[in-house]
Amino acid sequence: MMRMQPHSEFAGTPVPAAAAPIAIELSEASVTFGRGARAVPALSTTTLRIADGEFVALVGPSGCGKSTILRLVSGLVQPSSGVVIVGGREVAARAMRVGMAFQNPTMLPWMSIERNIMLPLKIVEPFRSQFRKLRKTEFRDKANALLEQVGLKGFGNRYPWQLSGGMLQRANLCRALIHEPRMLLLDEPFGALDQFTREELWSILQDLWIAHKPTVLLVTHDLREAAFLGSRICVMSARPGRILDDSRVDFVRPRTVAMTFEPDFVALNQKLRAFIVDARGAATKGAA
Amino acid sequence: MSEFDYRQKAWSAGLIVLFFIAWELFCLMTGMSDLVLPRPSQVFVTLFEKFPILWPHILQTLATTMIGFILGVGLGVVLGAIIGVSKTAYDTAYPLLVGFSSIPKVAVVPIFVLWFGSGTVPAVLTALSICFFPIVVNIATGLATTEPELEDVLKALGASKLDILWNVGLPRTMPFFFASLKVAVSYAFVGAVLSETVASNRGIGNVMMTASSNFNVPLVFAGLFVLAGLGVALYVIFSVIEGRITGWATRKNDMIAT
Repeated sequence: MMRMQPHSEFAGTPVPAAAAPIAIELSEASVTFGRGARAVPALSTTTLRIADGEFVALVGPSGCGKSTILRLVSGLVQPSSGVVIVGGREVAARAMRVGMAFQNPTMLPWMSIERNIMLPLKIVEPFRSQFRKLRKTEFRDKANALLEQVGLKGFGNRYPWQLSGGMLQRANLCRALIHEPRMLLLDEPFGALDQFTREELWSILQDLWIAHKPTVLLVTHDLREAAFLGSRICVMSARPGRILDDSRVDFVRPRTVAMTFEPDFVALNQKLRAFIVDARGAATKGAA
Repeated sequence: MSEFDYRQKAWSAGLIVLFFIAWELFCLMTGMSDLVLPRPSQVFVTLFEKFPILWPHILQTLATTMIGFILGVGLGVVLGAIIGVSKTAYDTAYPLLVGFSSIPKVAVVPIFVLWFGSGTVPAVLTALSICFFPIVVNIATGLATTEPELEDVLKALGASKLDILWNVGLPRTMPFFFASLKVAVSYAFVGAVLSETVASNRGIGNVMMTASSNFNVPLVFAGLFVLAGLGVALYVIFSVIEGRITGWATRKNDMIAT
């Protein structure tokens, strides 16, 4: 089958051709791990443009290269072919401040939550050079203000092992946001949480996005999550992944959990699900 | 600290006392000659009487141990960091290190004596060469097993290798490091005494050697008691430091206590 052009048959609006400035651009980028006979293609040639301030959810079957796209954008992986441009420059140049959160909250166990959250300030300029001076005052207040926003007020002095999984993931979001990144890369950040905590964190993330308007790229398995949070959803095929469908989601914001049970929302979910079932089916047939 | 801990400590102390009483009774009942096995009471009396003579030797042994230990820690940390950061260095250097560490150190002492003469220097070098290996292994293992996710978080922020080493690698390695310090300080002590026994005219090892050739068996045992005491003291000191600095790694015990 030919590579599909990004299109939309849902919610009406077509994907605009660069109305806002482009924040992330993958042009003809592919990733192959290993070499020669052992080479494993992780991502087929992919072209993807994400505008500044967009919230893009990336869904697809397991192992389809969703995380690879995220790692490309963050500069943790180099493209085998093609170009990845972030904030107007090739990704290795690091023109843009990036915040990142994984499924595993990865809090450093020897630091209090507050200090864990302040970690990016210790690394990223312009905060880095002021870190020694401001860590006990302005930066600490900043960390605690974020903690309050995610409902963890007063937990700054606790240590990671004293918090539950859901609380750690909230703190993880704070750490991804503290250095005011213009771009947020989230790799299944709520994957290990129970349904109710997850829904609560969706709303928190949505509020944070509305308040700060960073460009967000969210990788997720959860179709409801994608539809709840995303302003645009990209569906990927099975490994080696490519983008099958790219559509806007225009439900009004702030969205509520109740909305996820309305017919429009359910229809979107079913459409996404059909895409992924197809993609999985094709992959299984290919293997057999 | 809970009541349980105190009871545990009382039992430990009781066992030590019991050991000495059993030893004393055994010697008395069998009429053992003090040329073979002196009674602990004799040993303690000798220790007390000869303490002014023993003291400079104790200081000598402690000094060589600590100098060798500090140098060994320095060398071990540097080597461990290099090996732990780079997979290639880890694979390349490991066989050589294992080879070096498997040489019985008593066989190396004559070489040190040949190079530097008998006395303090070979003792320091023996202590160093015997104690640096556990430190290298622990630092290297700690660094090499750092979770990739931890590193990724910082890498995505544009952190340099040095940033990552400083903020994640080294703090994460601290529990490994302090665990190895406890072992290393005991090793350094063994190395120093070993070298003193073979080739020195100072130190507890030498005192024991001389006493044994004079058939002053109670003094030999007095030296042994001093060694045991010093060894335990060093171990305890580093255990306490370990507990203070890397308490976060043994948090499960704290959770039960609080």
